[in-house]
Amino acid sequence: MYEKDGEKYFIVDGHVHIWDGRKSNQRNIHGQQFIDCFYDYHQNLSPEEYVWDFDSYAYYGSERFMKDVFVDGHVDHAIFQATLLSEFYHNGFGQTEEAFGLTQEHPDKLTYNHAYDPRHGEKGLEQLRRDAERMNLKGVKLYTAEWFGSSRGYKLDETWSRRYLEECIKLGITNIHVHKGPTIRPLDRDSFDVADVDKVATDYLELRFIVEHVGLPRLEDFCWIATQESNVYGGLAVAMPFIHSRPRYFAQIMGELLYWIGEDKILFGSDYALWTPKWLIEKFVDFQIPEDMTEYPPITAEQKKKILGLNAAALYDLEIPAEFATRETAGHDRVEVAAGAREAASL
Amino acid sequence: MTAPAVCKADDIIAALSTVSDPELDEPITELGFVRSITFDDHGVIVHLRLPTAFCSPNFAYLMASDAQDALRMVDNIGSVDVLLDDHHDSQKINAGLAANAGYRGTFGEEAEESLAELRRTFLRKAHTAAMERCVEAQVKRTGMRLDEIHRLTLRDLPAGKQKTALLRRRVDIGLSICPSSRVVVDDAGRPLSPEAVPTRLRCAKSVRISMEGNAHFCRGLLATRYSDGGNTNTPQILDIRTTRRPA
Repeated sequence: MYEKDGEKYFIVDGHVHIWDGRKSNQRNIHGQQFIDCFYDYHQNLSPEEYVWDFDSYAYYGSERFMKDVFVDGHVDHAIFQATLLSEFYHNGFGQTEEAFGLTQEHPDKLTYNHAYDPRHGEKGLEQLRRDAERMNLKGVKLYTAEWFGSSRGYKLDETWSRRYLEECIKLGITNIHVHKGPTIRPLDRDSFDVADVDKVATDYLELRFIVEHVGLPRLEDFCWIATQESNVYGGLAVAMPFIHSRPRYFAQIMGELLYWIGEDKILFGSDYALWTPKWLIEKFVDFQIPEDMTEYPPITAEQKKKILGLNAAALYDLEIPAEFATRETAGHDRVEVAAGAREAASL
Repeated sequence: MTAPAVCKADDIIAALSTVSDPELDEPITELGFVRSITFDDHGVIVHLRLPTAFCSPNFAYLMASDAQDALRMVDNIGSVDVLLDDHHDSQKINAGLAANAGYRGTFGEEAEESLAELRRTFLRKAHTAAMERCVEAQVKRTGMRLDEIHRLTLRDLPAGKQKTALLRRRVDIGLSICPSSRVVVDDAGRPLSPEAVPTRLRCAKSVRISMEGNAHFCRGLLATRYSDGGNTNTPQILDIRTTRRPA
């Protein structure tokens, strides 16, 4: 638990990885390009003292992971989000078995979310059933822009994808994390808009759709959808590091998110090892909307507590210290959203 | 053989500055995306670069083909070759451009839709952001109330960069630029009721924030990726013509 100025924060990092981007694991040039792209993100948006050398970054293993996230990183519980990228890496980019193994060793600290690809049809559905049982899945991470043969992406509302989502409902996999973020390599089927989330969120109210990277760089599309759908959440991975390099832009993102979707539906995520949670959490706890941005109210400690952990804890039924147990609205999917929008509209 | 280029580097840069990143709504010349301009005996070769190898191929194609179109309008340019460097689809895009294959011809079955709708989406967003900037400045300047904004017309806006930008974007999506046109309109150019204006502006604001933020992001990544620090406005210019002609 992180403590600052007499306030305690139960921290859930909703987006972490153990990956292997080394040469030995790369299937082709795209494997190199992908880890290079990640490394550029890391270098460009981290404070200088937190920048790693490329080799450590390409593969850091579970020991370093545990230290960076839990020992140095203030995190109480972390959720792995799978990133397979099987077309680029021999043994996948995210290290499925290594990560899953760690969650077996530390079930109190770690949750494993696996992935599926609806383009694998019936065979993939069977695999999903087996994975759900073996891994006790509560969530999945979908990478709609993943390459598969000649296809470079799919949409959530396609027929096969719907069948998988319906299977998730049966299997009790309720948290559907969707990568809708910085433009990486899809074609026109791609995730440049989040409209497919809109469609399936309406149809599957039993599921919660956590839009990772809050739709950046299409924040407004995400906000608009999340405002209309009660079961759409925003994951802050990749938006978080702007707190250091572009604090005013970060303030605008937070201001808009709090206005449109509210404090109960925003989830912290470091996207480790893109960034380490330690500095993100410390800076976020210290963060305040600049005074001259009068269009946004200040962020309260209560809001930060929800965003940093209580919201995700509610989605994943995590045990939280008794002192937080009374905050029942956290992660609540019936909470009114965009109350501000309604007020504005009634003027 | 094609006639050798007799145009100047300035003409080339001027032509390229009319090409914008569709998502950021800023010229590729200012974003540092033009890497080099080479004159040879056949014409001009322009190399473009992007902030990451994984920039969306449809955006990459859009910019590269827009650049090709803009350059072909330059007088006496000779042959035009636009090449996209260091992109995961560089080969595909470059081959498609060289063969004038068009978007679908370049990407085959993956390109289900034409680029026209994508382009329109971003032109609409550019207009929305420009509209919000003008209104915000106007509110700051005049202290007008929220319930008066729906009456604001283009005539009321002071001349300047923001107004020019708004007018240009209205033209892009086919909206009237008549001085008595309302400023706050929906995507189809219809004026809004006083009640609908605040929500429209609120949405418009998140569009603007998104676009401005992306531009920061792309600049930062370009600077990290290339050793020249993404130095903008200064493409490398090479002249390897064997027969120089006076410009």
